[in-house]
Amino acid sequence: MAGSTQKSAFREGVLLGLPFTLVIVPFGMLFGVVATEAGLDLWATMGFSALVIAGAAQFTALSLMGEGAQTWLVVLTALAVNLRMAMYSAALVPHLGQAPLWKRACVSYLMVDQTYAAATAAYEPRDGMPLDAKLALFFGVATPIVPLWYVSTLAGALLGSGVPEAWALDFALPLTFIAMLGPMLRTLAHLGAAFVSIVLSLAFAGLPAGVGLLLAAMAAMAAGAAIETWQERAA
Amino acid sequence: MSDATVWIVIVALGAGTYLIRFSFLGLIGSRPMPALVLKLLRYTAVAIFPGIVAPLVLTPAATGGAFDPARGLAAAITLGVGLATRNMLAAIGAGAASLYTFLWLLG
Repeated sequence: MAGSTQKSAFREGVLLGLPFTLVIVPFGMLFGVVATEAGLDLWATMGFSALVIAGAAQFTALSLMGEGAQTWLVVLTALAVNLRMAMYSAALVPHLGQAPLWKRACVSYLMVDQTYAAATAAYEPRDGMPLDAKLALFFGVATPIVPLWYVSTLAGALLGSGVPEAWALDFALPLTFIAMLGPMLRTLAHLGAAFVSIVLSLAFAGLPAGVGLLLAAMAAMAAGAAIETWQERAA
Repeated sequence: MSDATVWIVIVALGAGTYLIRFSFLGLIGSRPMPALVLKLLRYTAVAIFPGIVAPLVLTPAATGGAFDPARGLAAAITLGVGLATRNMLAAIGAGAASLYTFLWLLG
């Protein structure tokens, strides 16, 4: 019984993860191409995608290395881009916090924007979902996404600089984030948070890479929570 | 940058990123989260993604930081379709299709 619940949760996760492959493939390929063009060998390019698995941070590191930034500054800035994952980690605690340590360690490795977004969106409307089903669903979401991240990076690295500029692969990242964002803007509070994030990230554009984004994101989260609180009181 | 330096970046960034991912889930584990923290976390994604995207849309690196009407229009259409359909896949499809159309028309 429990086994069949897990199997169907895993299958549901795979189905939830599948649409993301349409963005993972061009994004991973883009990283492979850009890294190769920047002079990284195949192993270093694959090392990034296997050990870091975070496209935005990988691109940040690549561009800072290209600018000749200090090693510690490259690492620190790219880590700042990934700080949002501390919030994903915290957001998953109410759902997966009771799982055995080694499973939480596996979930942590597979925690990317897409697996976090798809899994929490599936958990939230279902309060009574058992832990094993939640875990199976998470691993299901990751199954089509993470291996394809490696494979598409490899494909991009092998293609190297053979990709025509007309493909405009540079815009895969913004379009991906925007497409994820649209369906999330459900309430006034979500809209307010997004607005604050845009205004402040542009206002802080002069700060060192990553710092402005962090400050803007913290202010935007506070704005979202404040609007929600204000609406609760008004209701 | 030398090969050794590149690997220092990869390993340090990989380890640091893993620790960030593991932080709350691995170390804080089953302790209950305060209500205010949960409320803030609801807005994580909508607080970060627009901040990443806004500079990329308004000052794309591919055009040397100059605003590009084709990319700007594609971004607007992606957002509009995402809002209207609540479907990420429809939004990305419309965005890619409009990007190539506008690049062809305006390029």
